[in-house]
Amino acid sequence: MTTAPQAPKPAAPAAGGNRATMKKELPEHFKAYRHVWVFIEYEHGKIHPVSLELLGEGRKLADKLQVELAGVIIGEKADELAAAAQECFEYGADLCYRVYDPILAHYRNQSFTKAMTDVVNTYKPEIFLLGATTLGRDLAGSVATTLLTGLTADCTELAIDDERSLAATRPTFGGSLLCTIHTLNFRPQMATVRPRVFGLPDRQPGRTGRVIDHPLDMTEESIITKVLKFIPDRESNQCQLAFADIVVAGGLGLRSAENFHLVKNLAEVLGAEYGGSRPLVQKGWITADRQIGQTGKTIRPKVYIAAGISGAIQHRVGVEGADLIIAINTDPNAPIYDFAHVGLIADATQVLPALTEAFAKHLSVNRIAG
Amino acid sequence: MHIVVCIKQVPDSAQIRVHPVTNTIMRQGVPTIINPYDLVVLEEALRLRDNYGGTVTVLTMGPPMAEDSLRKCLTFGADRAVLLTDRFFAGSDTLATSYALTAAIRKISETWGKPDIVFAGKQTIDGDTAQVGPGIASRLNLQQLTYVSKINGVVSDKNQIEVERRAEGGIQVLVSTMPVLVTMIEGSNEMRRGTMAAALAAAKAEIVTWSAADAGVEDMTKCGLRGSPTVVKKVFAPAARSEKAFQLPVAGKPAEEIAALLLEDLFQRKPAIEDELMKFASGQ
Ligand SMILES: Cc1cc2nc3c(=O)[nH]c(=O)nc-3n(C[C@H](O)[C@H](O)[C@H](O)COP(=O)(O)OP(=O)(O)OC[C@H]3O[C@@H](n4cnc5c(N)ncnc54)[C@H](O)[C@@H]3O)c2cc1C
Repeated sequence: MTTAPQAPKPAAPAAGGNRATMKKELPEHFKAYRHVWVFIEYEHGKIHPVSLELLGEGRKLADKLQVELAGVIIGEKADELAAAAQECFEYGADLCYRVYDPILAHYRNQSFTKAMTDVVNTYKPEIFLLGATTLGRDLAGSVATTLLTGLTADCTELAIDDERSLAATRPTFGGSLLCTIHTLNFRPQMATVRPRVFGLPDRQPGRTGRVIDHPLDMTEESIITKVLKFIPDRESNQCQLAFADIVVAGGLGLRSAENFHLVKNLAEVLGAEYGGSRPLVQKGWITADRQIGQTGKTIRPKVYIAAGISGAIQHRVGVEGADLIIAINTDPNAPIYDFAHVGLIADATQVLPALTEAFAKHLSVNRIAG
Repeated sequence: MHIVVCIKQVPDSAQIRVHPVTNTIMRQGVPTIINPYDLVVLEEALRLRDNYGGTVTVLTMGPPMAEDSLRKCLTFGADRAVLLTDRFFAGSDTLATSYALTAAIRKISETWGKPDIVFAGKQTIDGDTAQVGPGIASRLNLQQLTYVSKINGVVSDKNQIEVERRAEGGIQVLVSTMPVLVTMIEGSNEMRRGTMAAALAAAKAEIVTWSAADAGVEDMTKCGLRGSPTVVKKVFAPAARSEKAFQLPVAGKPAEEIAALLLEDLFQRKPAIEDELMKFASGQ
């Protein structure tokens, strides 16, 4: 077994090494806990993509454990949720627990926590995964505290160890290190995962499963917080960075806010989204929703072009899922070359406009030719 | 109004380095700061007090040296500060942390009156879990309002509070009944500066210091390492990719040539991308 280093540890869970070796047998009343569950975040008529990504990952865990994969879906209308459940089956779920009630039309912590903890206490999962969205984090924290179990946030890797225990790996200390966390003697073992850390699994049209209904034992009068209104973000304000096929990003190597236009121009020609490293947000060159990395967005594009970005670990964890990483950096020793696939040791402020022009020309020439 | 603000003193992670050989955190000389997300809620608490009257109590669980951060909060204008410190708390995960803080908030409630609002930082920069706030809310049965971007107002005599909350794809406007637990997103406000006079007063102020027993913690097995369901089994550095980036031969070439090289290389590696780009360029 691997033991934790003797060094000072994060303030939260520490010195686990020795305790892990003292593992007691799982208390009797937890032995009934079986199966892998994913919370299906369903709002405004659609499933959040992170839930489908988790079904893909949950499927692997369930197969390893030889148990079933279930989705838990909470909302207002039975028929809408049934359609969403069907989508879950096609993404790998064997069954879905469904809780529907007019009270559940909007997300509220109190009603969703009640629905969730009732289903968990009735059907007892051993592993329970949620997306680390604002909704998922809000819900996971109160569900875990109500159930008095462990919760590992923002995992980047999930695995099953030799003792059927969930090994949840997450970055710690701002991503400089990774740690693997176990919830040994409590059930369910809960974890949240950020969107786009895992890819979308293949959809299998026509794959079916069972729906199990569970009632919500609650009245509107007992819910203290009321939703006055919901103001949707304007479509144009929602940046699709996390889901773009091509992303062009800039870093401090661009030297000035003006030069950041070079990134935008290239992105425009490519129909790509643009983003940047954290210092650019701090300097006000880009808005916070365009920050890429551990404390920004995780992206999984087919092509990622990073200009003037050093490749600090906090940036790296947000882009490692890209199929092809192209880095433009003047420093041959920049850490970004440790994980990029293609490198250009050159001045980004000169290469970016040249690239924009070359792509524009290539695309228009070939369009005329084709 | 009585407002409690939970804060944490954290190492300034911008200055943390990992030892390249032993993979351990090099903490020596790393300064500590108040978790930046906690300053957002502290400022909001001070504003509410200034507008509606009342007191702000700041609470932290930590080592004795966390007193420094509490004094800083007093400098900003908090009315009193409580330090919860005990070796039994060492190694607490989020569940154990929320247990201890809850006991202290109950004790604060007995001593100085029931809080109307308990604020917690959205998350910390060292643990990053965003779970302690919700944990406190569940344990104290407070209405949980997380990721709040704006507090629209408080109607004290009706115990009502209206907030705007960042949700997926939009803003939820919520009305709730106090007591509530609130966490806020960054950018909601800007921290005020403390005055010199306040700093001098804070330096001499009494920091109320409680052990687990003082705070009335009932069950020591729910504290610290023993009370933490999660266990860190392994800490390690991210693996390097086996091969480094393939460097295009760009040395000494003009930008146009470099661009041409990259296009050729890209389309060779990813022929599908060229097709997709063509589609995009022709407006399909
Ligand atoms: C808790 C925590 C969380 C963080 N979260 C994130 C996060 O989510 N995302 C993130 O990005 N960062 C994050 N960071 C910051 C991260 O550690 C780095 O500081 C940051 O990513 C560096 O940004 P940069 O690469 O733009 O700048 P630098 O590190 O300054 O790199 C600039 C690079 O540009 C190169 N360069 C200079 N001139 C040129 C030129 N003319 N042409 C080409 N290249 C040139 C240089 O060689 C250098 O490699 C976080 C840090 C902490 C402590």
